[in-house]
Formats: sequence, structure tokens, C-alpha cells
Amino acid sequence: MTVRIQEADFDLGAEIAVLRQANPKLGAVVTFLGLVRDLNEGSEVQGMTLEHYPGMTERVLGEIVEEAKSRWDIGQALIIHRVGPLLPTDQIVLVAIASAHRGEAFMACEFIMDYLKTQAPFWKKEDTPQGGHWVDARESDDVALLRWGLSA
Amino acid sequence: MNTDYDSQMNIQLRFFASLREALSCSQELLAIPIEVKTIAQLRTYLQGRNECWAKALADDQPIRCALNQRMVSDSCALQDGAEVAFFPPVTGG
Repeated sequence: MTVRIQEADFDLGAEIAVLRQANPKLGAVVTFLGLVRDLNEGSEVQGMTLEHYPGMTERVLGEIVEEAKSRWDIGQALIIHRVGPLLPTDQIVLVAIASAHRGEAFMACEFIMDYLKTQAPFWKKEDTPQGGHWVDARESDDVALLRWGLSA
Repeated sequence: MNTDYDSQMNIQLRFFASLREALSCSQELLAIPIEVKTIAQLRTYLQGRNECWAKALADDQPIRCALNQRMVSDSCALQDGAEVAFFPPVTGG
């Protein structure tokens, strides 16, 4: 399992190649790639800055992966989350799960994203023509976590 | 026993995102009176500093708290030397 918080961009293909490492026991890789959009709740987004809580972030993400491993038989897990200044179309987050079968990889990937959205200490501040503003948390993200028997 | 040392706890406070900006403070080492025993009491204590702190940390603000980098509820007890962080609901991903 690997968790990385970084300002730098990442290469999806290269990351998956490392995750697989030509392991013939892996039959599936599921990835979620989160991107910066140029529109949020009706406002034009020119860019954003991602802040986090160093130390706590890495620990929470590590716990998320451990929780996923306890629920599903997954071979490899990778989380990369970028911080600092980002522009529309930039990659923000990658969750990649490799396992023997697709079902467990799909479940684990979605679980990790739902958990990350409500528990990992990241905050987005968007730049709009009206100025900078902090993104509000969504109630729908809390509801998504309930599916897994957890509350925010 | 020296009662001066027993009368207060040292807490490392940290603030993030909109709360950090509203308070113009990212971190602060603070000695708090021994009567301040829980996260909720610490929040109330900090509200008493001035109008800015009262508004930013008001009870109706949706603020989360972490004790030693773990999310905790308001009733959680403080310990001497603890790191306590206040922040708005998270918005990563």
C-alpha cells in the first residue's frame, strides 16, 4: 500500500505499471481519477488551492486503506492526493486498487473515495472572478459514507 | 507539589482553511486553565478571547476537531501537551 501527498503532478500509466509490477495474480485494476473542473455550483473556477493537515492526512489515508483491506481481498492499493495550487483540468487525486477479481477492486476503490471525501483533512479554496472562496462540504458526501455502515 | 504547574495545561492549537484565515492564526502554543477539560470547553474558552474568535468559533459554526491528529467529538477530554486542531468540514478528493 502506498499513500502520497504531493504538489507535483503524476503519470497515471506509470503509477499503474508500478502497482501491477507484472504480478500474474492480479486480474483487475480499478482507478478513480479526480480532476479540477472549471465550474462549481454556478461559479466559474479559474483555479484552486488545496490545503491539508500534514501528518494527520497521511495517517487518515493509511487507516482508510487498512479498513478497505480488512473488508475486501485486495492485492495493492495506491492513493495520491495533490496539494497546493491547481488549475482546471489538473489531476487532483488518484485511487488505484489491484486485486484478483474486479468486484473487490470496484468496491474498495469507491469505499476509499467515500471515506476520503468526509474524513481526510483536505480543504479546497477556489479562485473565481468574484474572489477566492472556500468550498463547502456536501451533505451528499456524508450520505455516501452511510452506505458502508460509517458516519461522518 | 508546585500548584502553579498543576493549575494549567499546555495545548498546541492548530487551525486550518477558512478558520485559519478568519483567526489569522495557523498555530499557537497555549496554556489553558485546568477548568478547561474538554474540547467543547476549550472552544468556549477561545470564544471568550474577542469578537473575532467568538464569531469564528460560534456554536452554530460547523467546526470539526482533531485531538492528536484524530477526529474527536466535543466531549473528548484534553491532556497536557495535546495537539488540538479546529477546522471546517473537509472538502478533498
